[in-house]
Amino acid sequence: MSAARIFAVMVKEFTQLTRDRLTYALILVMPIVQLLLFGYAINNDPHHLPTAVLIQDDSAFARSTLGAIAHTDYFDIVETARTPAELTQAMARGRVQFTITIPGDFTRRVVRGDRAQILVEADASDPSATGAAVAALAGLPQEALKRDLLGAVAPARAAAPPFEVVVHRRYNPEAIAAYNIVPGLLGVILSMTLVMMTALGVTREYERGTMESLLATPVKPIEVMIGKLAPYVLVGLIQTVVILALARVLFDVPMAGGWGVLSVGTMLFIVGSLALGFLLSTVARTQLQAMQMSVFYILPSILLSGFMFPFRGMPDWAQWIGTIIPVTHFLRVVRGALLKGLGFADLWQSLGALSLFVVVVVSLAMARYRTTLD
Amino acid sequence: MTFAVDVTGLNKSFGDKHVVQDLAVQVGAGKITGFLGPNGSGKTTTLRMLCGLLTPDSGEGEVLGLDFRKAAGQIKLQTGYMTQRFSLYEDLSIEENLTFVARVYGLPDRGRLVTQTLERLGLENRRRQLAGSLSGGWKQRLALAAAIMHSPRLLLLDEPTAGVDPKARREFWDEIHALAAEGMTVMVSTHYMDEAERCHDIAYIAYGRLIARGTGREVIEGSGLITFRAEGPGADRLSRQLAGAPGVAMAAPFGAALHVSGTERAALEAAIAPFRRPPFHWDEVEPTLEDVFIHLMGQSRDNFE
Repeated sequence: MSAARIFAVMVKEFTQLTRDRLTYALILVMPIVQLLLFGYAINNDPHHLPTAVLIQDDSAFARSTLGAIAHTDYFDIVETARTPAELTQAMARGRVQFTITIPGDFTRRVVRGDRAQILVEADASDPSATGAAVAALAGLPQEALKRDLLGAVAPARAAAPPFEVVVHRRYNPEAIAAYNIVPGLLGVILSMTLVMMTALGVTREYERGTMESLLATPVKPIEVMIGKLAPYVLVGLIQTVVILALARVLFDVPMAGGWGVLSVGTMLFIVGSLALGFLLSTVARTQLQAMQMSVFYILPSILLSGFMFPFRGMPDWAQWIGTIIPVTHFLRVVRGALLKGLGFADLWQSLGALSLFVVVVVSLAMARYRTTLD
Repeated sequence: MTFAVDVTGLNKSFGDKHVVQDLAVQVGAGKITGFLGPNGSGKTTTLRMLCGLLTPDSGEGEVLGLDFRKAAGQIKLQTGYMTQRFSLYEDLSIEENLTFVARVYGLPDRGRLVTQTLERLGLENRRRQLAGSLSGGWKQRLALAAAIMHSPRLLLLDEPTAGVDPKARREFWDEIHALAAEGMTVMVSTHYMDEAERCHDIAYIAYGRLIARGTGREVIEGSGLITFRAEGPGADRLSRQLAGAPGVAMAAPFGAALHVSGTERAALEAAIAPFRRPPFHWDEVEPTLEDVFIHLMGQSRDNFE
């Protein structure tokens, strides 16, 4: 072994590293951005979850109970429903994580000490988002009405506790994590493979020199793009079928329906992901850079989309970033369709976001793609 | 004479590098025009601008009778371009590459055309072999076949024979001449002098400017170069003493012989006078194209640096 030779290789390697500016930048910027982004954004104990209430007993006891629930910091009451149907819809469409129903006989039963109940329904399609909040409800009945149960109704305090909280976990009653993760994996796997595969596509042609021949032919940019992406649409569809079949057979993931919306959403997502890869490959100069860019895209897709950590657990700014990520919307479509059986009427916003993604990325890719070597 | 390419005032810069400067290119229809010049002189850039791969900063004129800046699409349909580096798909078979080209150009009767091309290349037995596994000479033949599949009227070849053995080069040039005889216009960049001599016309560029053009004979005569050749034992070693002497533009050994050139006869003769004695034998010879080009290269370097 010769130290001088090791040194020679080392110096050469460092010099080459500094030549590739983009790689250099990514090596420095990626850890900083991701550390800050994910470090602050990810939270396994989400608080302030949006909650809708249906108050059928407008009383001091009801108000105190709701006050106590809000006081736990886990629940933010953002909607007041007038009918049970409104309440159900708020949860189905994903506007709220919880619904609370205070029945009409609440006050009467509390006063009588006759097994008063309030109903808390949790959207358990993401069990990790609801677990801690549900646990926080355990001590509630003891504390909520302490100050109200005075004088004539004071004896009700003795009959501890004055009411009980009935918790229904909807969409995934046994809180099985796989029900949430497996449909989500569809989005993550499609992103990973499709973005990366096409990101290398154009860059490879430049690196190998075949782009020069291709550009000398009369083929047009849109023709190259469609021709390059079409085979991968098929790849994406095959992946989707395989993943869904395994999800059903191995993990018993419920499939509540919503096949129409799922098909449209999947198609949009596949095309958008492919076009995004194509766009990246018009920016990257080498295949290595294209790979790095894909990773840079895929990490937030996993961490900020609600795939791995509850979307609502993230601070507002992180949710805002998450909203820009296409996987977020695709996950809502997949989970909404499979776990909740939602249709177009419920998921049009997510489909709209995915359509916008396709249009923007395709236009950018077309604008970036050059018919010359300039 | 009609021109297949007639472009003037061609300019192209990359950043602050002015790669092609006010270049005029004329290529006679049905002729083979050799495009010569040192490395980095702008040959590849010029060829790429002519076939629409690069956008010129300025310049106007016609390629195949079409405005070369506006009708790039139509020009591409009638132009074949063979790149300097092998640029077919190495992970496709020979046949698949040809089929792809035929499809992209929308050629009719594709199956027969591909088979014909394979037969002409003598590759019908290896049609399923991957293009990447071919040797340099075969790759070059395949690339040429792909470039002329759509029967272009203009063929642009960018150093097509770099790294190819002499026999393959000879065959390649025979094919180029056969194509020109059928009426195809060929523009070929090269560094090889023997190839330059096989061209009908020569254009010599250096530092992005046209330095000389015409037939080989015209270029030699136009250079005004006078060359003496010294033979005899150790003649080649005289180059060190003669190089840089007044009146000597260059002194270059050719094997055991020496070529000494200059533009002024009296000064040149004065310079070699001390060595015009046995064992050396001196003759005035016609300068070769190589003499002329090396001289031109030296001159243009003086002008631009």
